[in-house]
Amino acid sequence: MKSWKTILAAAAIALATSTAAMAARTDLVLGVVLEPPHLDPTAGAAAAIREVVYANVFEGLTRIGPKGEVLPDLAESWTVSDDGKVYTFKLHSGVKFHDGSDFSAEDVKFSLDRARAPDSTNAQKGLFEAIDTVEVIDPTTVKVTLKNPQGAFLYNMGWGDAVIVSPKSADTNKEKPIGTGPFKFDSWARGSSIKLVKADNYWGEPVYLDKVEFRIIPDASAAVPAILSGDVQAFPNMPVGDSLSQLQSDPRLKVVIGSTEGETILAMNNKKPPFDNLKVRQAISHALDRQAIIDGASNGLGTPIGSHFAPHNPAYIDLTGTYPHDVEKAKELLKEAGLENGFKTTLKLPPPPYARDGGQIIASELREIGIDAEIIPLEWADWLKQVFTDKDYDMTIVSHTEPNDIDIYSRKDYYFNYQNPDFNKVIDKLNLTSDEGKRKELYGEAQKILAKDVPVGFLFELPKIGVWDAKLEGLWDNAPILANDLTKVKWAD
Amino acid sequence: MTAYLTKRLLIALVTLAVASVVVFSMIEIVPGDPARLMLGMNATADAVQALRDQMGLDQPLLVRYVDWVSRLLTFDLGKSYTYNVPVRDLVLERSVVSLPLAMIALALSTLIAIPVGIFSAERRGRLADTISMGAAQIGVAVPNFWFALLLIYVFAVWLHMVPAGGFPGWSAGVWPALKSLILPAIALALPQAAILSRVTRSAMLEVLGEDYIRTARAKGMPRNVVLWHHALRNALIPVLTILGLQFAFLLAGAIIIENVFYLPGLGRLIFQAITQRDLIVVESVVMLLVAVVVLVNLLVDISYAIVDPRLRTRR
Repeated sequence: MKSWKTILAAAAIALATSTAAMAARTDLVLGVVLEPPHLDPTAGAAAAIREVVYANVFEGLTRIGPKGEVLPDLAESWTVSDDGKVYTFKLHSGVKFHDGSDFSAEDVKFSLDRARAPDSTNAQKGLFEAIDTVEVIDPTTVKVTLKNPQGAFLYNMGWGDAVIVSPKSADTNKEKPIGTGPFKFDSWARGSSIKLVKADNYWGEPVYLDKVEFRIIPDASAAVPAILSGDVQAFPNMPVGDSLSQLQSDPRLKVVIGSTEGETILAMNNKKPPFDNLKVRQAISHALDRQAIIDGASNGLGTPIGSHFAPHNPAYIDLTGTYPHDVEKAKELLKEAGLENGFKTTLKLPPPPYARDGGQIIASELREIGIDAEIIPLEWADWLKQVFTDKDYDMTIVSHTEPNDIDIYSRKDYYFNYQNPDFNKVIDKLNLTSDEGKRKELYGEAQKILAKDVPVGFLFELPKIGVWDAKLEGLWDNAPILANDLTKVKWAD
Repeated sequence: MTAYLTKRLLIALVTLAVASVVVFSMIEIVPGDPARLMLGMNATADAVQALRDQMGLDQPLLVRYVDWVSRLLTFDLGKSYTYNVPVRDLVLERSVVSLPLAMIALALSTLIAIPVGIFSAERRGRLADTISMGAAQIGVAVPNFWFALLLIYVFAVWLHMVPAGGFPGWSAGVWPALKSLILPAIALALPQAAILSRVTRSAMLEVLGEDYIRTARAKGMPRNVVLWHHALRNALIPVLTILGLQFAFLLAGAIIIENVFYLPGLGRLIFQAITQRDLIVVESVVMLLVAVVVLVNLLVDISYAIVDPRLRTRR
């Protein structure tokens, strides 16, 4: 009799534990390198803010998907007037902020007007520059009139800086973010971790995870044991140090090498002789051995680029063959430019390893064709002042991590000092075009012009090393924007 | 005694005043515009200026220094402009990690080092002395972050006894919080213990060679009384000096260990603030740590006077 009881009890326990095991996990600890200074994406440039709140806590009219495409978000649909100046957004109804208040067209007007106000500290005010007026038509319809057509407007509205906030919580979002997303803010132990929990009554497709903790682990030596011990189950953008092969050989983990929006370039001051001479720039491009640079400056990871565009983008074309590595050709071009004895110049390098290590390699490659580049290491603040603001430089290496930023080459007074009317025309046309197919064509044209004209030396796309538990699904392989979109993440059964 | 204390106190105050000028000016000299740095490359000039105004960066240097010092005196450490919360709160949040960590490490190091030092001194030249001092030599030579990694791989990755890092907070319970401090405390304590045991040993050796010890022994005083009461007390001054220095180091200088274990302590706070150019946090916290070090040194000076009565009467 007694043994029967024991067997039954054992069976019951076995059943209970197996059903518990069958229900998939719903919690996740995700490692991030940098702690955000605060959690309001409309008031700071730090990527670390978006890595926590984008798509999870805050939503915009549109959003950017895993390939860099524009998807509807709070706006379920929109129409564009024929002259490309009036966008009418139809909003989802029944949307609530996490504090329980209703979301409506008024909040859209408030958010956009706040972002473009003179005293706004939005880090990407330029995104809103084209907006002339924002009008509320009815609670679920909002009409945005632009000063001039802007083909990238829908894309711009998908940035983290353009998320919709409520007037009630706009001033406190830095410490206690209130959005409309599928996760709401729970707590923040500064220096340690940020916790989100599933929001009740989320308007959209329900998410799988109940609890998410973003744990701040700044150092490769700490990140590797954290993921090996299982304390952290995902590290979408992981500092791996020298441990990549160790992680790759662990069957419990999945290691994904993806691409980012970080075009790493050898920028040149196009107004300053001899860089104003196309032949000199071509010579420099021929002198660059991209693979050697990637091997030395980026652990062999990273995709070579021949223009200023991210390889994961549907509009990308491979132009790396435009000026292949060819030392003889480079020397010839320098000779044609009247500089057969080479010249002396400087190479100012900001702190990241890709720049400091890449700079050494590039300097030695340039020496092969007779260019003597003196390396000047700079701290970020100095770099921003001397190179970026004052344009007091010859060459520099930097990664442009803003998404879809090929238009920087058309900006007046940008630090490249580059002016090309043909290129500007393409960008102007892009501004007038909102049709995706035509935009793709124009992006192709823009890429080709830059690849031929080489205002800068195009090096490689920064890689993203993602490491996560092999049973975890739905994390992004690439990083078309800096975000950790958890809306589709789940544990496999 | 009063004269001794007054003099020490004055020295401490002058040190603080000089330090405040150095800390303030060092950060002013650093090039670059913090507003531009915080907002990033694509920020417009308007946005940068708006932030500059918000931070009062356009005011004259002297005004800002006087303002800063007078606020420090009332323990108003300003508001972090990256976190947007009072620095005092940040310091308090971080101290509940750093203080216990430093104290556990110091306790461990003292508990290990003093007995080992005395033991070695007493058995000078014998096998036990050679072994313990050899171990201490290794402890001094091994970098603490390497030792920390070794501990992590053995006790967290392999044995799963403790977490690999992080701090759950005291609200998660005393045991889980302590558990996450054990490895870092050991990693911090062992190298310190190695140094301290060597200092203890040599101080003891010096004292044990003195005439009064021989006399004490000759008159038949028990060995332990001679060792722990007569000898140790006179050997304490160098030991206390090192202890004071070590406490200051453990509190402020545990940056590397805090990084390896990603603990949200004071060291990481400064490190983060420097990388984010949060000048208010850097200035205030560095100044606070200077004050703590000065205070600890003052306490050590006072303890000299307690240990060594001659200091009380000397001018």
